[in-house]
Amino acid sequence: MTELQDYAERIESLARRLGLDYYNVDFELAPASLMTEIAVYGLPVRMPHWSFGVRYIHQLVRQSMGHSKIFEVMFPGDPCRAFLMDGNSTAENALVTAHVLGHADFAKNNQLFARFHAMAGANIVETAAAHAHRIQLSIEAHGVERVEGVLDAALALESHIDVAGELHRARYSEFVQEKRPPTETGFQARFRQLPGAEEQAAPKSGQVRAPVPPHSEYDLLWFIANYAPELEQWERDIFLMVRSESFYFYPVFACQIMNEGWASYWHARLLREADFLPQPLYLSAIKAHSDVVRPFASGQETALAINPYHLGFTMWERIVEKHGIERAREVRRDEDDFGFIRNWLDEDLAREAGLFVYEARPGDEIRVATKDISAIREAILAPKFNFGAPRVAAVELKHDGSLTLAHDHASDGRGLDVTRAKRVLDYVHRVWRRPVRLTTVNEKNEAVELAA
Amino acid sequence: MTIRLAAETPWYDLFSRGARDWLRHNEKVRDAVKETLPELLAGSDLMTRPGNRTVAVPVKFLEHSRLRLADANVQQGAGQGRGEPGDVLQPGREEGGEQGQAGGTGEGEIRFVVELKVDEIVDWLWEELKLPELKPKRTATMDQAEYIREGWDKRGARSRLDRRRTMKEAVKRHAIQSNIAAGNGTDTLEAEPISLVNDDLRFRQLVKRPSPATSAAVIFALDVSGSMDEAQRRLAKQFFFFALQGIRRQYAKVETVFLAHAAQAWEFDESQFFQASSSGGTVTSSVARLALEVMTTRYEPSRYNVYFFYASDGENAAEDRDEARGTLAEIARQVNYTGYCETGGVATFRPRDTQLAEIFTELKGSGLAVGTSHLASQDDVWNAIRAFFTEQAASGD
Repeated sequence: MTELQDYAERIESLARRLGLDYYNVDFELAPASLMTEIAVYGLPVRMPHWSFGVRYIHQLVRQSMGHSKIFEVMFPGDPCRAFLMDGNSTAENALVTAHVLGHADFAKNNQLFARFHAMAGANIVETAAAHAHRIQLSIEAHGVERVEGVLDAALALESHIDVAGELHRARYSEFVQEKRPPTETGFQARFRQLPGAEEQAAPKSGQVRAPVPPHSEYDLLWFIANYAPELEQWERDIFLMVRSESFYFYPVFACQIMNEGWASYWHARLLREADFLPQPLYLSAIKAHSDVVRPFASGQETALAINPYHLGFTMWERIVEKHGIERAREVRRDEDDFGFIRNWLDEDLAREAGLFVYEARPGDEIRVATKDISAIREAILAPKFNFGAPRVAAVELKHDGSLTLAHDHASDGRGLDVTRAKRVLDYVHRVWRRPVRLTTVNEKNEAVELAA
Repeated sequence: MTIRLAAETPWYDLFSRGARDWLRHNEKVRDAVKETLPELLAGSDLMTRPGNRTVAVPVKFLEHSRLRLADANVQQGAGQGRGEPGDVLQPGREEGGEQGQAGGTGEGEIRFVVELKVDEIVDWLWEELKLPELKPKRTATMDQAEYIREGWDKRGARSRLDRRRTMKEAVKRHAIQSNIAAGNGTDTLEAEPISLVNDDLRFRQLVKRPSPATSAAVIFALDVSGSMDEAQRRLAKQFFFFALQGIRRQYAKVETVFLAHAAQAWEFDESQFFQASSSGGTVTSSVARLALEVMTTRYEPSRYNVYFFYASDGENAAEDRDEARGTLAEIARQVNYTGYCETGGVATFRPRDTQLAEIFTELKGSGLAVGTSHLASQDDVWNAIRAFFTEQAASGD
């Protein structure tokens, strides 16, 4: 402990010397049980919901089979909160300390993180714990079944926020300016001057009631919280709490490759330059580094997934090597994974890393499909579009309070999984309390409408 | 920079949120299982299985659904490693073969088993159906005698000596005697040990008292002639099962008899009972006579609460009519309750009651404890159970 404390302090001053710029980091050594829960919930204390219980069991199974080892978790903020696993060796935790400082630098400087930070304040850990507490109060007041019903709907739509929009958003304005009459043509001007034409008063240009929503609304959590006809205040609160946590999760999700790569670049560099570390400790730390930053499991030659640590690390090394650390800092500030992969993953790098696109056909045969660079980029990014969710928007709120949702199947390329969509619609219906419809297409590309 | 230790922030050791949500998930699974209970129970031979009466129900995890795209015909992904376009990374699986290989879904499906106690299930059902409790037959209560302790006597077998009582008597006697001695002015020795005399002895007494009969016998009779198809038998089995559970709730000891008949009747054990089938004609009196025989030899209706349940499609040989009526009436007079369920699709056009339905309706009309019901679908089983237990409770008063 004191040994780690000592190393940690020296690593930190080295980091400052090397120009890492971050808010203070509160480190905490936590037991494995808490680390497991953070991996499941995404946050140390988060609202209760039975679906987390299922993930928890999956996580326990994975850990017991050795598929998943947790090193650290860091929550950006001011100060940042980092949790280290108390069962890990000093070498591992020294590595992790350096890694966390890389994350902290990323979180303070990347524009997506900074934007969230500005919108939502600097302490997500406490905010989420407060949410959990409020939901607990709701459970006491309204019973677990009702609260669960609301959470079923809100968490099912967790990713359906407008990531480019604001966290705090006003309702639509109720009226819009009526469209101006078209500009007069010469003929109309002359026609108006004819005797008897004056009685036809020009149509008044004034305000008319705006339709709701005035445009396709992709921020479904916000829309339901604000426009559900019979939502009670506490139910609305739950929707808004889930939504604000989603805003927190989005930068983490959208910058995963960059962020993990950046932290890996820095832990490698900090350890390399930390001459105060004893040789054996340095060696075991570097061993831990190469276990994390490797493309596939030991003894295998291919992986049907990209390890973000490895890909990000390789890319940052290349960027620093070719363009210098200052340019790398700009990239770290400006991009998210979309820009990072599209702008900085070039053909040479892809070839060296052995990246490819594979295709799995019915019957489970899996083949390498192509090594074309743009195909590779899109295959890496495909699961990240739109926060990983299909594009579904609220398009119409009728006078009877019924809601129509539309799936933008053209941009997603195919329709929704109908069974699941129906279930989600059932969840939504329970809070919307009026008919809810959802349009999408089936496997034959024919329009279908689901209703609940 | 400081690194805090877990001991300074012990809040998360207090309880596990993951375990809490997992338990809540399991609660929901149990509720879901509850809803499909009848089908689950009809599946296995639960009726007489002794010992731990539990049903293990394999269930999947509940899924919290989200919107997601339908699976594409050809799924794409990014991978890394050695390989050129066209290389096969994983061979396709042959149809039907090599099922043992772990599925390609990566995570693998984890299944778990919910174990439910049959008694618990039946309790749910009773609450759900709001069924009354059965009452033992009154006449049966008078006959079965039992010895119970009552009072004390100065004489008795040594094994029944009540030492506490005896000592009490000795102390009392001693006190009286020393009082008298004091009254006479004679000195008494305070420390004198208390001695016992024969008069102090007290023995516990036993008295014969009638106690309510707590054992029941349930006779299930099933028509297995050619006209009873699989679906009809399954309905009968479900009805039998729940009727038996209801009776089990009430009596400490319940014995079961399984009789099947076509033109002849046989006794079976439960496992064979529902498999039995015969292509012969239907002679109801054969099974009624066998039931009477079982009752006289093994379950004397004056000592047992006997229940008789009969399931049939209602068709009986015309020449057996009088014989059947006679024997069934004899049964109905002796047992606590006779339940008749007629199976058969509602689609069947029934211009009139079947012969057996007529007989049972007639018996019911003559004031005997008889119930009839029709089983065409799953829901009818519940109605029949409800009708049976409500009537039975009423007729017991």
